[in-house]
Amino acid sequence: MALSKQPIAFVGRSLPRLEDRPLLTGQGRFAADISFSGQLYMRVVRSNFAHGRLRAIDVSAALAKPGVHAVWTATDVADIPPIDFRQSRVEGLDHYRQRVFATDVVRYVGEPVAAVFASDPYLAEDAAELVVLDVDELPVILNAIDEPGEFEPGRRTEPAIVRKGYGDVDTVFSTAPIIVEAKFSIGRHSGVPLETRGAIARYDGERDVLELHGAAKVPHWNRDQIALMLGRPATSVHLYEGHVGGGFGIRGELYPEDVLVCAAALRMKRPVKWIEDRREHLIAANHSRQQDHHVRAAVDRDGLILGLEDKIFHDQGAYVRTHAATVPDLTAAMLPGPYRIPAYRAAVHIRLTNKTPCGTYRAPGRFESTFVRERLLDVIADRLHLDRVEIRRRNLISTQEMPYARPLDTLGTKIALDSGDYAALLDKALVATEWSRLQESLAERRAAGELVGAGVALFVEKSGLGPFDEVRISIDDDGIVEVISGSASVGQGMETVIAQICADALGVDYRNVRVIHGQTDRIEHGMGAFASRVTVMTGEATRVAASALKAKAIEAASGLLQTPVAVLDVVEGKVVRIDGAGPSIGLDAVARALSLAANVDEPGLSAEGSFRCNHMNYPYGVHIAVARVDRDTGAIAIERYLVAYDVGKAVNPMLIEGQIVGGCVQGIGGTLFEEFLYDERGEPLSVTLADYLMPTMLEVPSVEVIICEDAPSPLNPMGLKGAGEGGANAVGAAIAAAIDDALGVPSAVTELPIMPQRLRRLIGCSERSGLLDRSRTANSIS
Amino acid sequence: MSERAEITLTINGRTYVISVESRRTLVDAIRDDCGQTGTHIGCEHGVCGACTVLVEGEPVRSCLMFAVQADGKNIRTVEGLAKGDELNVLQRAFMENHGLQCGFCTPGFLMLITGVLERKPNISDEHLVEVLSSNLCRCTGYQNILKAARWAAAEMRRH
Repeated sequence: MALSKQPIAFVGRSLPRLEDRPLLTGQGRFAADISFSGQLYMRVVRSNFAHGRLRAIDVSAALAKPGVHAVWTATDVADIPPIDFRQSRVEGLDHYRQRVFATDVVRYVGEPVAAVFASDPYLAEDAAELVVLDVDELPVILNAIDEPGEFEPGRRTEPAIVRKGYGDVDTVFSTAPIIVEAKFSIGRHSGVPLETRGAIARYDGERDVLELHGAAKVPHWNRDQIALMLGRPATSVHLYEGHVGGGFGIRGELYPEDVLVCAAALRMKRPVKWIEDRREHLIAANHSRQQDHHVRAAVDRDGLILGLEDKIFHDQGAYVRTHAATVPDLTAAMLPGPYRIPAYRAAVHIRLTNKTPCGTYRAPGRFESTFVRERLLDVIADRLHLDRVEIRRRNLISTQEMPYARPLDTLGTKIALDSGDYAALLDKALVATEWSRLQESLAERRAAGELVGAGVALFVEKSGLGPFDEVRISIDDDGIVEVISGSASVGQGMETVIAQICADALGVDYRNVRVIHGQTDRIEHGMGAFASRVTVMTGEATRVAASALKAKAIEAASGLLQTPVAVLDVVEGKVVRIDGAGPSIGLDAVARALSLAANVDEPGLSAEGSFRCNHMNYPYGVHIAVARVDRDTGAIAIERYLVAYDVGKAVNPMLIEGQIVGGCVQGIGGTLFEEFLYDERGEPLSVTLADYLMPTMLEVPSVEVIICEDAPSPLNPMGLKGAGEGGANAVGAAIAAAIDDALGVPSAVTELPIMPQRLRRLIGCSERSGLLDRSRTANSIS
Repeated sequence: MSERAEITLTINGRTYVISVESRRTLVDAIRDDCGQTGTHIGCEHGVCGACTVLVEGEPVRSCLMFAVQADGKNIRTVEGLAKGDELNVLQRAFMENHGLQCGFCTPGFLMLITGVLERKPNISDEHLVEVLSSNLCRCTGYQNILKAARWAAAEMRRH
């Protein structure tokens, strides 16, 4: 509508981040950087048995140490209820929630049993080592596929089975020409952010407010829970999110330690600070991913999938934490991916084991199910002697069928694939890698003795989880725009993205927009940052609020300039005439006028906006990997990696690319290096970063990213979809396929992580039995 | 409880006289005794490199050094890179190239790169990657960190 000279829009540009300056200059405020005078330091005492009856805890030696203020055990916090579920509550799970301390049974190494509060963190740790546990060991359950055992009298270690499906699976399987069966497993790993967890609680007696600093991800929900658990009104609990050193789904959920520091601050009337060390993080922060799948497909002779059935064993660890059945639910819901799958049935057995409890980790349920589904497609292709790309094409949902209602639900929404041209994106990815030429060159290299191959994997992601988001935007007397949201930042750059959207809708420079997040005392409600929701939900709410604010500013300026509203616009922070003539007035002046004016109904220049959406939206992508296996050592090198991803509408392409590359490298970690291992007594073996190996710069390829906007979402006016998780989603599947291809062994990879030792054995066997056919050509293994 | 020693840490040109136990790590002394919290702790066992500072110009894992070992030594941390409000070449390189997301590993990388480029301004790309593999990042996937380091190296060689 505006005809005046508009600056270039901010949305769509790879602009530098607003977040960077303090982080580059050492001015960050991460949890460990926050301190209050008089604070006590909390050190948690943790079970060193995976399963046992906790007979007694002797804290006398710890209490006797100078500088130790108190030592708590379960009896000190008996009134605090177990930590409740935030998402995907399912009947039967309640009894498996975790209390702040173990009471009479310990169920995993790392479970909190006591806490020392001391005037110095070194002293607290010294004292914690003096706490003596008297534990009678009990047998351990370490495998989700073993028969369930006893959790407590009357309850087994299979709290629930999540079932999803549609269509007549039994008839399909009994009449199909071909049945293909396979077993796949994904190893236990997790987000492991570089900053460990931390929490600092402080009770302000003057205002009767309990403060928790070091919050992240879902501060409003956590505030409500803490208030409930400690018997306070929610308005008397404030959570503060500072800088957050990565979340990935793991950080920010409500953990026992968060509740403990709050209870301690309230009772001891001193601030209480807790910062975990790396060993604690590796055994006590949420693990993820570990599942076993027994899957089968009913297929016709052309490779069309007629039906899919999956029996899944989900290793939940010792308790069910805030995510309840989220990961099992998403696994089952997203398994069909971008393919038609006329009949489907999944049963996810949630199994408790004596290991660290589990939660969501970047692309939860999808990293796992994409691995299974794409591997299964490769098995089908190999069985039918079909090209692995071709079989995917035949089963893909076409763009003409969008929106495609999948008769499944998850996270309180019905799955309806909103938009997408999967075949076109596949083509773009294949063209970008010059697929035919690549196949030829790989065949030549194999003929010369190298073990090298390429793999493709497709996936559908989910993003924009609602149902609701709201923001308030105000302009101060200096023209600075402040967007107050109930979202959170885990380092992804949301302040910049929201500022860009606000800037375009309001008519200001994005550098003059401050975005507030994670402060529960600045806005009543908030959904936080997870499920790749912020750009979509907070972004749209921001656009609505900014548009409303622009209209308000123009309305007010119209009076001040004695100019009709219809010929006014806001450009670069000023209300101007669209024909460029006449006087203009800065937004700062408009704000000042509204604060000084005596006869104004609503003083100040601010507006609210909200966005509601009951459906998630569905971005999608293609991963292509080229991998080389060393014949002698089995070591895997990723020579090339490409991700093609349709994001609907890209607000800041540079940030999207950053998310995809970052996710991809985490995916590589989970595919090749990372695993939480336990010995036969349930003792964790991956307790330092020298055991739990994460990729360094040397292990990772340069990831090529193609960002597409061919399928904007019809579910929000800007067409936005989220980008936080697509980089991780298909890495296991793509690399596994590449390794199958490199070795010339169908289903060489059925388990993650892929171990060089296993590949060496496969290479050895294949060479002996002559299966390693060097003259094998393009992408079909037979 | 071990005896305390009085030591002097010189950080970014400023001296701090502090009293520490012999077991106190350098990173804890920098952060808590001297109030310079820009240097971060990621593992305390010398793997992640988030705690990297320059001691006498050399990149050091300050979680693996005791404060008493740094007595009288010249220490540089991330807080000393900018000149007032003006970011230096390397910091600008990170900003222009989206070389940070959560920012937790960033101070460690900045000091590592500063240390290596000051000593070897003509370092080969291969060697640079090898040195940078000393530090972990969980957010960026390293691509843009390398881009930023190359960009800064080129800029620094130009001047």
